[in-house]
Amino acid sequence: MPTTTLQTKMAEARAAGRAALVGYLPAGFPDVESSIRVVQAMVEGGCDVIEVGLPYSDPMMDGPTIQRAADMALNSGTTTEDVFRVVEATAATGAAALVMSYWNPIERYGVERFATGLADAGGAGVITPDLIPEEAREWYDASEKAGLDRIFLVAPSSSDRRLALTTEACSGFVYAASLMGVTGTRAQVADTAETLVRRTREVTRDSELPICVGLGISTAAQAAEVAAYADGVIVGAGFCQRVLDAPDLETGLIAVRSFAEELAGGVRSR
Amino acid sequence: MSHAQPVPDELGHYGRFGGRFAPEALIAALDEVEAEWAKAKEDPVFQAEFDDLLKNYAGRPSLLTEARNFSEHAGGARILLKREDLNHTGSHKINNVLGQALLTKRMGKTRVIAETGAGQHGVATATACALLGLECRIYMGEEDTRRQALNVARMRMLGAEVVPVTIGSRTLKDAINETFRDWVANVDRTHYLFGTAAGPHPFPKLVRDLHFTVGAEARRQALELTGRLPDAVTACVGGGSNAIAIFAAFIPDEEVALYGFEAGGEGADTDRTAASITAGSPGVFHGARTFVLQDEYGQTLPSHSISAGLDYPAVGPEHAHLAATGRATYEPVTDAEAMEAFRLLCRTEGIIPAIESAHALGGAIRLGRRLGPDSIILVNLSGRGDKDVNTAADYFGLVDSEGQA
Repeated sequence: MPTTTLQTKMAEARAAGRAALVGYLPAGFPDVESSIRVVQAMVEGGCDVIEVGLPYSDPMMDGPTIQRAADMALNSGTTTEDVFRVVEATAATGAAALVMSYWNPIERYGVERFATGLADAGGAGVITPDLIPEEAREWYDASEKAGLDRIFLVAPSSSDRRLALTTEACSGFVYAASLMGVTGTRAQVADTAETLVRRTREVTRDSELPICVGLGISTAAQAAEVAAYADGVIVGAGFCQRVLDAPDLETGLIAVRSFAEELAGGVRSR
Repeated sequence: MSHAQPVPDELGHYGRFGGRFAPEALIAALDEVEAEWAKAKEDPVFQAEFDDLLKNYAGRPSLLTEARNFSEHAGGARILLKREDLNHTGSHKINNVLGQALLTKRMGKTRVIAETGAGQHGVATATACALLGLECRIYMGEEDTRRQALNVARMRMLGAEVVPVTIGSRTLKDAINETFRDWVANVDRTHYLFGTAAGPHPFPKLVRDLHFTVGAEARRQALELTGRLPDAVTACVGGGSNAIAIFAAFIPDEEVALYGFEAGGEGADTDRTAASITAGSPGVFHGARTFVLQDEYGQTLPSHSISAGLDYPAVGPEHAHLAATGRATYEPVTDAEAMEAFRLLCRTEGIIPAIESAHALGGAIRLGRRLGPDSIILVNLSGRGDKDVNTAADYFGLVDSEGQA
């Protein structure tokens, strides 16, 4: 039985015979109020799940687009409380709201305090790109207590042993990094993605944990390609880029909404 | 190199510090480095090759020089300088790069990437890659490429590609971020030759092991020269590689006090400092739990030091542990104290130290006055100051604003 809005969303998509569309945006990009409006446009366009990014000064896993977006968010003074505000607004749209955060801001805020604050804001879980299950004991306890999903990453370089270990620690879904590299758009979906999803399926056969694929997906055609074998498609830099390219917020919102619509078509065309 | 020494737990934890806070994509590569080093460490052929390079290429063992004139300014304490400045490339960094470059070849990789702040580690890495025929790319903050233009030229002369990093604060920490980004995308054939005893496990341990010889030599040399162990062993601390290099062999000698001198900048109580143990708090940074200069939300604060090599907002996890357990003491030394010690060593001993190492000398002056004339203080003179002549000339007003005499 699904217990979080994330689990409900993933189950609904699976029942409808399609992949879920997961969109990423840093909270506070380009400022807190505007980021709420961008998220609303993403959901209106068809995102089932939103990853609200917690902007961090040292985004080691991000390419230039998301680095720039996170930089703008920090320069506009975005704090962890602001991230919760964006989560609250996201949850109000009906989409599942996740936080994507490097580990230090969570540890600094207080792991339990963070989990409670996020749950109170209506958040469903957290994606932790630089936290591996071996270091996650405190996070495990706090997320259990707050009823949050824990989403860890698997990568093409993960051994079978680590795929099993990591998926066992996950709930909601497991984030499969499509390629060896950082975030950002790519001309093609890496051929490592499908292999990784197949290998991950083998260790999740009993749990049926959904597998969402991220990194380098930025067109409807790529979304459709990935939706053919994954349970969810994660898009981040493509949304950030549309906001960055727009001359003003209103134009950006239109571009974001129509981009989400294209991708939503993609995840339904498998 | 196979001395018995305390090791972190199998996941790389030093007490509550250290560990591996790294993306899953890099775990396999970190495991590979760890496993290969465990084998190489016990392999007599590898160790013979490493020892040969240290002896016949780097110039080890380095000298231990007693600084009799300088001593007068340090309360009369006997000051013993471990002369890492005399190594090839001018600092202790050569030990680590030769070891890791050999390890790179052993892993069958052909490309090396590294970060550099002041350029010391970049020059050393470029040197080892030239010697061993490895492709080499160095990431350096754009701000630092300007401050250390001569070292950029040096690295390029040695055949390395130098990439200025133009994001974030454009200094060492951003160069490290960018090197990790390169590594995750090219890890199949690339080794990240990490320059300090920080980062995710196994780097803190690997770097410490490769530098262990520094303290082991100094311990032996000090016993020969003075007939007893020193009262205190001191080093400057940025990331902390030269400090762990000279501390490691003395950690079991409980009667020997260990002092790490952090870059106080304009004062550890100001926001212009790099003293992460004194002024920071526990956090997770660049792959390990350690002391970090950060705000209440865990955002990294900009660091400042007159020494580019100490201008780093965190510290290696073993130092965090040594500080937490009280085995070592960490104190800040300001820009001004370090530059006064720099001037003194030049004038009294005819040795131009790296500004990094001048922090250890500044600390030794303070410590000598505390411990008095019967005491013996071992100082790691981790590097030579040729690279810092511009900074020092500006600081002391030895040239005009155009750099003319």
